[in-house]
Amino acid sequence: MLTLEKLIEFIAEQLDKDAAEINADTTLESLGIDSLGTVELVMNLEDVIGMEIELDEKLQTVGEFCAFVQKKQQEQA
Amino acid sequence: MSFSILGTGSYVPPRIVSNDELAGMMPTSDEWISQRVGVKERHICTTETAAELATQAALRALENSGTRPEELDMILAATVSGEEICPGIACQVQRDLGADCPAMDINAACSAFIYLLETAAGFFARGRMKRILLIGAERMSRLLEWDKAGICVIFGDGAGAAVLGPGEDLLASRLHTYGGDSVICIPNYIGASPFFTREARAPFVNMNGQETYKFAVNAMCRDLTQVLEDAGLEGPELAWVIPHQANVRIIQGAGKRLPIPEERFYVNIDRYGNTSSASIPIALDELNRGGKLKPGDLLAMCAFGGGLSSAASVLRWSV
Repeated sequence: MLTLEKLIEFIAEQLDKDAAEINADTTLESLGIDSLGTVELVMNLEDVIGMEIELDEKLQTVGEFCAFVQKKQQEQA
Repeated sequence: MSFSILGTGSYVPPRIVSNDELAGMMPTSDEWISQRVGVKERHICTTETAAELATQAALRALENSGTRPEELDMILAATVSGEEICPGIACQVQRDLGADCPAMDINAACSAFIYLLETAAGFFARGRMKRILLIGAERMSRLLEWDKAGICVIFGDGAGAAVLGPGEDLLASRLHTYGGDSVICIPNYIGASPFFTREARAPFVNMNGQETYKFAVNAMCRDLTQVLEDAGLEGPELAWVIPHQANVRIIQGAGKRLPIPEERFYVNIDRYGNTSSASIPIALDELNRGGKLKPGDLLAMCAFGGGLSSAASVLRWSV
């Protein structure tokens, strides 16, 4: 199951940013991630967690992103 | 038996529309369009029809290949944006060139040029043809809602063409269709039948950007990997990859996932926008006329788009 900590680490690595500057309230927009960037992030995350994720919700913050992926993981478990 | 490409041609209308000009017409900006799509400017028809663009590209391809119109055995054209459903663009080009051969249009949306190459290979394999003219020609500006910034900023108008002769230069080819209209759809004029009860849909490009991106990146990766394997080649052996110019971020997103050097991906969407079926032949013509191809070069092409469709091929350049 994805944790907020793991997701922050993943996003920091993808964007070459400092994980310490990212938290649950950080918006994707503030990280420079637009709607295509969100798809790209999900596609890369799919490779890491080993399952396909249908991006069927609008996600604003890192916290929302984490909750969304956790929900998908639970649905497919 | 497949084909050899004998010459190429392309034509875009002279009117250039910059991002800044669009920003004066609708809520958008050069910065947003450049980063989101990779387009800086596009060519837009003011009086030219898609068929006229096609004829101009065809004339240039004929001249480049040393082919006379009467030597053509077939004209195959691809378009989604012709002004007439009938006569098709290929028929109008046949008339304008003074050619005397069968002519037909094919609709495979943005993947159409690669579909045309495979189709031509089939005709050559029948042993009855010596010269086939292929054209991708689009007036995409006809199909856009110009008061909504999201989609219209992506597209441009133009045509590309190639003259083919018999040969063995098609090394691998894969065509895919995933039928459905939920991701990309361009409704046609519904007509005026008093008997038809369904609702009319506006005849403009509808596209789900995120779903299109995901489909395109996955298709590009899968199809290029497949055709490289089919041809027994490794990525670095390609001189160029000519991707359909839909969005620079699709090309970058797929490029990161493929074992092909980044500089081999030809990109000209910054100057033309997405010209649908014309994008690959326009890019091929630029490479040809820019002296960037030499005999023996291995080229990969890949496309993806409405249908949904995708396609990829590996060719040897012999000119």
